[in-house]
Amino acid sequence: MDNYNFPDQNGHFGPYGGTFVAETLIEALDELKEMYNQFKDDKEFLNEFHHDLKHFVGRPSPIYFAERLTHKIGGAKIYFKREDLNHTGAHKVNNTVGQALLAKKMGKPRVIAETGAGQHGVATATIAARLGLECVVYMGAEDVKRQSPNVYRMKLLGAKVVPVESGSKTLKDALNEALRDWVTNVSNTFYIIGTVAGPHPYPMMVRDFNSVVGKEAIGQMDELEGKQPDAVVACVGGGSNAMGIFYPYIPYKETRLIGVEAAGHGIETGKHAAPLTANSPVGVLHGNRTYMMQNEEGQIIETHSVSAGLDYPGVGPEHSWLKDTGRAEYVAVNDDEALAAFHNLCKTEGIIPALETSHAIAYAEKLAKELPKDKTILVNLSGRGDKDINTVANIAGIKI
Amino acid sequence: MSRISKTFSLLKSNNKKALIPFITAGDPSVEMTKKILHQLVESGADMIELGIPFSDPMADGPVIQRASERALANNVGIRKTFEIAKEFRNTDQDTPLILMGYANPIEAIGFDEFLRLCKEADVDGIITVDYPPEESKEYVGKLKENDIDAIFLLAPTTEKERIQQIIKQATGFLYYVSLKGVTGAQNIDIDQVKHRVAEIKSLTDLPVGVGFGVRDPETAKAVASFSDAIVIGSRIIQEIEKSNENNMLENISKIIKSIREVI
Repeated sequence: MDNYNFPDQNGHFGPYGGTFVAETLIEALDELKEMYNQFKDDKEFLNEFHHDLKHFVGRPSPIYFAERLTHKIGGAKIYFKREDLNHTGAHKVNNTVGQALLAKKMGKPRVIAETGAGQHGVATATIAARLGLECVVYMGAEDVKRQSPNVYRMKLLGAKVVPVESGSKTLKDALNEALRDWVTNVSNTFYIIGTVAGPHPYPMMVRDFNSVVGKEAIGQMDELEGKQPDAVVACVGGGSNAMGIFYPYIPYKETRLIGVEAAGHGIETGKHAAPLTANSPVGVLHGNRTYMMQNEEGQIIETHSVSAGLDYPGVGPEHSWLKDTGRAEYVAVNDDEALAAFHNLCKTEGIIPALETSHAIAYAEKLAKELPKDKTILVNLSGRGDKDINTVANIAGIKI
Repeated sequence: MSRISKTFSLLKSNNKKALIPFITAGDPSVEMTKKILHQLVESGADMIELGIPFSDPMADGPVIQRASERALANNVGIRKTFEIAKEFRNTDQDTPLILMGYANPIEAIGFDEFLRLCKEADVDGIITVDYPPEESKEYVGKLKENDIDAIFLLAPTTEKERIQQIIKQATGFLYYVSLKGVTGAQNIDIDQVKHRVAEIKSLTDLPVGVGFGVRDPETAKAVASFSDAIVIGSRIIQEIEKSNENNMLENISKIIKSIREVI
């Protein structure tokens, strides 16, 4: 891992990643690759990007020592990287600011996005409004139901939200539908993918735009603790917040990188969304090769998680590679554990975390208990939980 | 010479163009698929494209998506598709059979098993929608070793240099996607398609078929005047959706015949 330099030119992370799309999209992806390569080191582009991150998103996000939680658990010190304090409430906006800027540079007047929990949809609608771009968001019909506040937020921001009725009606189907839109409107449309999946160059590009999280954290931890954390913990659905914080930490060999997947009702029940932890077979979907939940004939199977944002059968290809190489570890936390962590954090720290993020917090609590007090854990607090209060209330049998 | 190439040269000597209908294996049921396959040939199809059902058919429009969903509900996946293909081949040794599908089911059973099943069912060609040539060198090599045609898609967005690269890998025929969009879309621009097909034909001796968006005899006739084959899929599946078991074969036959007459 000393000279970690992935993906290769063709978007491969070892055997993972790549460009598995229908021929019509190849030219659009080639164009995107070329433009991204041109702009990613362009001073003016980066200045604009960082200007927006500072003045529109509110970066840098702070790192916060969760003192009461740490004392309650009585082990390692727990820190949070507060991505929940970003404008729109999650890390997702880092990437949409970058991609929308690229869309603008490429002269595309229309952007589309897929969304699961709605955070990426909201972040896309937000930046589209700011830049005056037409915006269409695809969202599984099931997710439209369980994330209604975010649906309304997107509409307020001027986006058109299209409920997707095909397949399992969740994030994977929203991605299929967004790809179908892109293939049809490829000349005037930029597809803003929200996670580190999809065909090359998306996994790399989304990682790069989100890696501001890890870069900031390295400086901030140095300031606060005089050292880097012993473990960095982040939840993994597609894996964009995890990649954002992991990537700059890859050369820091003393820091364990731990991705937390959704175990849903439990890995053993088959009703989960944890392809890495469950060692699912490797497959091809949404333009890349990666670990993928599927049956023995290669049909993608329905996933389950209490959090819509983790409810995805695959995972970004770079996570598959980090798992195989051993640089990152992957574990899973079930619905009940995530909900318990959600409630605990509300009452202990005065922070309502997203249900996705609650998975990372639940694991960090377990880990902190096992470690001595002089160790530190940094959790990527990837999103706030305002969007989840209906879901949580429903589970508790409360009508709000 | 492969069965596909033979069919094309026979058609050429008769001044005819190939009619290639598409249906999804297991839609509306395994039994009906078997009957429809023979009906298609009887009504004038020259080759058949049989879709392998997939849970996430990203390049397909709503009609073929629904066909896939019905097939999956009937528990038809890649293995059942081969059983259907094999049974078809038992009674029809002449009509080329082309499988069309997505990479994941093929990778799930493994290339070797896939090739074994292809040989067993005597399948003639494969179209793998999400395997562009740069990601499928090993696979295409194995298809060729086994005398199975590797049929590639060319799109309105495919640039000339890339067309030349793809031609080098392709066998059987080239499948030109007539529009930017998914299967069953409706905005085909005949003049544009004509221009593109002419460009492709100037680069290769392989036959060029056109699909996505061919829905009626008028379009078929126009497109056949400058290409070598017409692929028609969503329109047939719509007929499956509209019909009941008693009139389905007849309704499908009518469409095939109406196109057969003009190309």
